[in-house]
Amino acid sequence: MNTAAVVPFVESMRSAAAALRLPGSGLAWLDATRREAMQAFVAHGLPATRNELWKYTTVRGLAQRQYAPRDDKAANRPVDEALFPPEAMDGPRAVFVNGVFRSDLSRLDRLPDGVGLQSLSSALDAEPEPLRFLLGAPKDAGDDGFTLLNRALWADGVVLRVAAGVHVRGPLHVVHVGVAADAATAWHLRSLIELGDDARLAIVEHHVGEAAAGHLANLVCNIKLHEQAHLDWVGIQRAGADATLLRCTDIQLHDDATLDFHALELGGKLARHEIRVDLAGARSRFESRGAFVLHQRQHADTELLVTHRGRDTFSHASWRGVADDRARGVVHGRILVLPGADGADGGFYNKNLLLSPSAEIDTRPALEIYADEVRANHGATVGQLDENVLFYLRSRGIPLEMARRILVRAFCAVTLERIEPPSLREHCLALLVEQLREAST
Amino acid sequence: MLKIENLHARIAGTEILKGLSLEVNAGEVHALMGPNGAGKSTLGNVLSGRPGYEVTEGTVTFDGANLLGMEPEERAAAGMFLAFQYPVEIPGVNNTYFLRAALNAQRKARGEDELDSMQFLKLVRGKVKEMGMPAELLNRAVNEGFSGGEKKRNEVFQMALLQPRLAILDETDSGLDIDALKQVADGVNALRSPERAFLVITHYQRLLDYIVPDFVHVLDGGRIVESGEARLALELEAHGYAWVRDRTPAGAGA
Ligand SMILES: Nc1ncnc2c1ncn2[C@@H]1O[C@H](COP(=O)(O)OP(=O)(O)O)[C@@H](O)[C@H]1O
Ligand SMILES: [Mg+2]
Repeated sequence: MNTAAVVPFVESMRSAAAALRLPGSGLAWLDATRREAMQAFVAHGLPATRNELWKYTTVRGLAQRQYAPRDDKAANRPVDEALFPPEAMDGPRAVFVNGVFRSDLSRLDRLPDGVGLQSLSSALDAEPEPLRFLLGAPKDAGDDGFTLLNRALWADGVVLRVAAGVHVRGPLHVVHVGVAADAATAWHLRSLIELGDDARLAIVEHHVGEAAAGHLANLVCNIKLHEQAHLDWVGIQRAGADATLLRCTDIQLHDDATLDFHALELGGKLARHEIRVDLAGARSRFESRGAFVLHQRQHADTELLVTHRGRDTFSHASWRGVADDRARGVVHGRILVLPGADGADGGFYNKNLLLSPSAEIDTRPALEIYADEVRANHGATVGQLDENVLFYLRSRGIPLEMARRILVRAFCAVTLERIEPPSLREHCLALLVEQLREAST
Repeated sequence: MLKIENLHARIAGTEILKGLSLEVNAGEVHALMGPNGAGKSTLGNVLSGRPGYEVTEGTVTFDGANLLGMEPEERAAAGMFLAFQYPVEIPGVNNTYFLRAALNAQRKARGEDELDSMQFLKLVRGKVKEMGMPAELLNRAVNEGFSGGEKKRNEVFQMALLQPRLAILDETDSGLDIDALKQVADGVNALRSPERAFLVITHYQRLLDYIVPDFVHVLDGGRIVESGEARLALELEAHGYAWVRDRTPAGAGA
């Protein structure tokens, strides 16, 4: 059955593949990978809601849209300083505007020793072979329509490597900016982050954008943490109000490696993040905390898939969500403990608040356990602000809207309180408050 | 200052207040007593604007304005304060932040200048000392992990900081040991002034040894069935509420 051919979105991607001259073209293995992925995408089409991982996120609206294959002026477009969060951007940074790497806005000249950070296209130009394992990998069962598209059409990305034993002080920033262009544009970026044995790094990933920029960003990222490596990763998503942002992050942890992840989801019209964590090495650890605050018709979906493969592995996820107006939030946490992963300890906790009768939040924890001596816990709730507490605040003179903001901020803030350094934590809290202020106007 | 006339109020379809009338003037302390379930808390809640209550008859004015038409926060800004019978815990909301937000919201609503954080800290630290509250109170979340007695004392502390013109204390004495009871009474007595009034709801006479009221009222069946001077509380203590009931034929007004 090949009904995909009549879908405008698929057509626009197919013509993009024909029109674009993509990095590395001429490399036989890469051309073949791209071609096969495109064929698979056309055959597959967009993910359907019968796919468990897309159950609550329909892309039917997207299917009717067409996107330009690139923004020709992206390399020179001025970017409003106000979009950049300067207080949160101390340190080296890589900046992409409408999917195009901007060396003029990036700051990569003073990278610490042992840290390599470059765009994927330049890394590939310099030396394609070390990237073949990633970019030439055949499609697999985990692929959906968008990851296939990404395999076929990636035009750039970040390659970030930290050598063994290097402890990088201060965070590196990766900033994705969406600004208005001549037409709504789709871009596909592929990134690789690799930390050598006992390496240590903090990354802050920012997504910002102008309200009027209705682009589609399709980002795939692979993170590899070798033995005893430690990555602190903070994702701050405040894409433009009309933006579609689809992310798939695949993380593999070796023995004794640790990933500490914080997410703040505030922006975009449709934002989805699939986070696949493979706790492959013994005693590897994944901790995640996140919050979303949505209003109007925003839709945000976080799919957290944690696989305990090694012995004595640990995962803890603690997420909170707030939806107002007609917004919809989705948080799924699946913990899979494979045979042999004895001593695994996994937890998924999700609390949510609905601020309007038309808002909706779906949360679904799932545990699948095939090993011994496993500890696994989960808890998920959807509730409303406590009327008694609201009245208490109002009885002291605090107006209703402010009382709601105070309580929502307190509700979400617990997920951010471990963010380091404190200036970054304050920045996140300030964004949260700003979002709440917007939500109530 | 406060004038309640023939107040009827219901919750969840049940009429609780059935024609209550009461007048409180500036400078006065009124004690409101009555058996469990009489409607004492209902009155405090209706006066402070708690959602869920429906007033079906009667009027309440505060300084001549229609109190029942005001939002809870407007009542607070106008000088109304309710010390809750069951104060709530608010995890994640810092006390200092909460108190400053409350005070400044009230000041703003009254057209007064808001206090900056230095001014506020000075004020609040002074009050903590004056009221004998533990200094770490200010760094904790509102009422979180407080014992029953600590919560009640914190209500009085908030009252002292916000300086209301009419304070309603709903069983602030219940569950307190004698030292805490005295501290609560000291807090109230320190605020007594010709511009301020108090409505002290209590189940027991004990508190009134320390806060001597100008008037005592007995609420029963949603109505004030007896009013008198401080002495009335002692008689109630001696004879119990049944004594009032016997004296007041069912269906008679206050
Ligand atoms: N939320 C409610 N829903 C239904 N009935 C209520 C509610 N709150 C109080 N009541 C009833 O109203 C009556 C008066 O309660 P209350 O004002 O709390 O009495 P008091 O404070 O004098 O002990 C009681 O019979 C109580 O059961
Ligand atoms: Mg009561």
